[in-house]
Amino acid sequence: MTQLKINGRITQLDVDPAMPLLWAIRETLNLSGTKYGCGIAQCGACTVHLNGVPIRACSTPVSAAEGGEITTIEGVAGDDGRLHAVQQAWIDHQVPQCGYCQSGQIMSAIALLQANPDPSDADIDDAMRGNICRCGAYGRIRAAIKTAAIQTSTGTQEGQKNG
Amino acid sequence: MGKWTRRGVIAAGIAGGGVFAVGVALREGHRAPGLAGRMAGDGETLVNVWVKLSEDNIVTAIVPHAEMGQGVFTSMAQMLAEEMDADWNLVRFEQAPADEAYANYPLAREYLLGGATVPGLVQDTLNGGFLRLSQSMSLQITGGSTAVRFTGQGGMRIAGAAARDMLIKAAARDWQVPRRTLRAEKSYIYHDASGRAAPFSDFAVAAGKLSPPTQPKLKSPEAYTLMGTSLPRLDLAGKVDGSAEFSIDVQLPNLRHAAVLSAPVFGARTVSVDDSGVARMPGIYKTVNGGNFVAVIADSYWRAEQAVAALDVTWSETGREALGQADIDAQFVADMARAVDTEAERIDVKAGQARQAAQEAPHVIEADYTVPYLAHAALEPINATAHVQGDKVDIWIGHQNPLGARDAIAAELDFRKKDITVHNRLLGGAFGRKSEVDYPIMAVRIAQEADGPVKMIWSRSEDTKQDFYRPASRARIIAGLDTDHQPLSWDYQFVHKHEPVEASDPPYDIANKLIHYADSDNPIRFGAWRSVDHTQHGFFIESFIDELAHAANADPLTYRRNLLLDKPRHLAALDAVAKAAGWGRATADGRGLGVAIVESFGTIVAQIAEVDTTGPVPRVVKVWAAADPGFVVHPDGFKAQIEGGIIYGLSAALYGNITVENGAISQSNFHDYPVVRMDDAPDISITLINSGAQLGGGGEPGTPPIAPAVANAIFAASGRRMRSLPLAVPDGGLASAPEQGPQPA
Repeated sequence: MTQLKINGRITQLDVDPAMPLLWAIRETLNLSGTKYGCGIAQCGACTVHLNGVPIRACSTPVSAAEGGEITTIEGVAGDDGRLHAVQQAWIDHQVPQCGYCQSGQIMSAIALLQANPDPSDADIDDAMRGNICRCGAYGRIRAAIKTAAIQTSTGTQEGQKNG
Repeated sequence: MGKWTRRGVIAAGIAGGGVFAVGVALREGHRAPGLAGRMAGDGETLVNVWVKLSEDNIVTAIVPHAEMGQGVFTSMAQMLAEEMDADWNLVRFEQAPADEAYANYPLAREYLLGGATVPGLVQDTLNGGFLRLSQSMSLQITGGSTAVRFTGQGGMRIAGAAARDMLIKAAARDWQVPRRTLRAEKSYIYHDASGRAAPFSDFAVAAGKLSPPTQPKLKSPEAYTLMGTSLPRLDLAGKVDGSAEFSIDVQLPNLRHAAVLSAPVFGARTVSVDDSGVARMPGIYKTVNGGNFVAVIADSYWRAEQAVAALDVTWSETGREALGQADIDAQFVADMARAVDTEAERIDVKAGQARQAAQEAPHVIEADYTVPYLAHAALEPINATAHVQGDKVDIWIGHQNPLGARDAIAAELDFRKKDITVHNRLLGGAFGRKSEVDYPIMAVRIAQEADGPVKMIWSRSEDTKQDFYRPASRARIIAGLDTDHQPLSWDYQFVHKHEPVEASDPPYDIANKLIHYADSDNPIRFGAWRSVDHTQHGFFIESFIDELAHAANADPLTYRRNLLLDKPRHLAALDAVAKAAGWGRATADGRGLGVAIVESFGTIVAQIAEVDTTGPVPRVVKVWAAADPGFVVHPDGFKAQIEGGIIYGLSAALYGNITVENGAISQSNFHDYPVVRMDDAPDISITLINSGAQLGGGGEPGTPPIAPAVANAIFAASGRRMRSLPLAVPDGGLASAPEQGPQPA
């Protein structure tokens, strides 16, 4: 049995430790927001966080994720169901078209902003170039990241003031 | 069920629970009652084709299109709500089931009539005839940029207007006041003189007993309150929290998973399939020999994929095992030459005497252009889940033409149509690929070998190698020019003609035109690829007209303008994009501006690209577009479609290159079939033009102009004329392109 901690919950899985994390997440845990796109870490549709770092679940064996904290798109909204600032910015900018890549885009964007609350255009290029959007929503994704950055930093400041 | 009344092709009635339903396209003997069980929710026992009004005053648009990114649920609901005067906050949508009663009759009518005006808004016999036709053709298509301009215009708006008329009529009877003293606003009816007001739903039952109007009056644009506004899309919540269900996400009890390998050489079949290496692998259920493909069914997709790779398959010889891209390219040249030499040209457009005019012209310019094969590369790979139980088939799929998929399954695998239920889900991109019926047939074929549901997923490699491709093509253009280098003649030959038929005809005022093509048979499958033939013709025509402008030492935009004087919409689009981009301004060293304009699917799009040629490959810095679809129903959604069309076309222009080697497709994934990513996506600025012309489409028209705009910008920046795509070829593009623009013939 493999033990995985996903979105704060510990689960025992009876899967081959070599199985890519993507298929354990999608087929065994039925968390279908994380997508299959290419299978070789080229498109970013399967992006999840392992200990806060964005990884490609299609190319990460289950064994490598054991003992770590895994977060998927289903785990980023608040406990009260309130959208994460990045998700809200995605709505505000009407980013998704078909929507298929957007879980991965959002996971990459959240990780970017956690590491770098005020990213430049070049930072956004670096962090997001691993996520393909065939509908071509790149301009909106960039704008939404900037909006989320402002909201995140404002929220942080308020938190500090209140704290 | 309430009593249904109908006149013409607008039908209306009451369902249980006080639901008032109005449909367009229903005829005598319609099938709406048969839909009741399938569509009914709590408090509803019946729905109709386009709109229903429930007892809690909620208006629901039933949308007969697939959602593949274009925001169709929102735009359809918007057009309905506009004419109905419904409160947008009380408007919902449902996707129509794949059923004959929802067949796309407005689409069929508009396609077959070519947009001709039909006397009377909805004409009884004609529409009845077309409904029958679209049923027999199984048209329930999303494609051709048709939803807003056909289904929205011909269906949603009429249904909304009819519903509103009937509700007002019912209110007038109830309140004993003249109809003209009543008005509808935000799902309420008002009698201003008395101050009375009541929600639509109060009159639902009474309205359902009235005869629907045969020709409800539609609003003129001045009266729009919803159309022309950017309402928030109705389908985004699930697309940011992971809950949106694409077909690949379908979950069923006892679901098994299948991976496939199709014959790498098109047309080959299995001679033998040795699965001895697979039998020992854990979790394997079954190997399927499908004739032209093999599959393994397993307890997980990952195991199935590994098992397929471990199969030892011998494929039959097709005689094409040595076919390479160079052979195909050479055959294009040979077939084109043969067509001319033997006077066997297939004539597309003929006006005047192009060849004679060229012979007599003081200047002649000739150039050859080529484009490669392209894959669609939707991010959701091809997949479908099927469950076969005796004579019955259920299939969960994301398909652009679910009725066509159903009919193909029935025909190919010998089921009755009525025994097949298609559960259409969201499409994770499609771009034309998901209108093909190969994959629904394959999914059912695999599921026939299992005693439960099977989800078939193609690997990215299979998705890339087993596409229906935008065809490679080649063009030779010969222009005869007068002493001022204005075109006297346009002799244009190309390979492969598909659709739309008008794509090969340039918009420019040239007296003598001979447009003709050669067929060149090869086994590479043709598929409709976002904007279809406009992609290659847009590149050929708009690059060559640029060559003519430079030969004339003229400004390329002015040169075009002077040949478009009888096309005010084209002129307005060119002027708008020129203004936005600052056309004519100086650019930094190594940068240039290029322009292109293409009308497709009823929409005119002009684009200017600014390109930096100082790096190893050209970099597109910024794109400006001006688009005139007649009237923009949803400005933000329309802009998103143009943005997406530009990026999609730019991926092809810069990188897209599918090639054939040893009879098979060489590319397999995004590392060797690259696409535009965040770091090479240009900033895009779009100007929208409401010219008032007949509505055009949105999904495709953004794509054709980008490749020539970029190629023309490269010429402006570097003096290198790019006559072949793709453009971003390290050490093989800019450096080897001819320095002179036009080649003297």
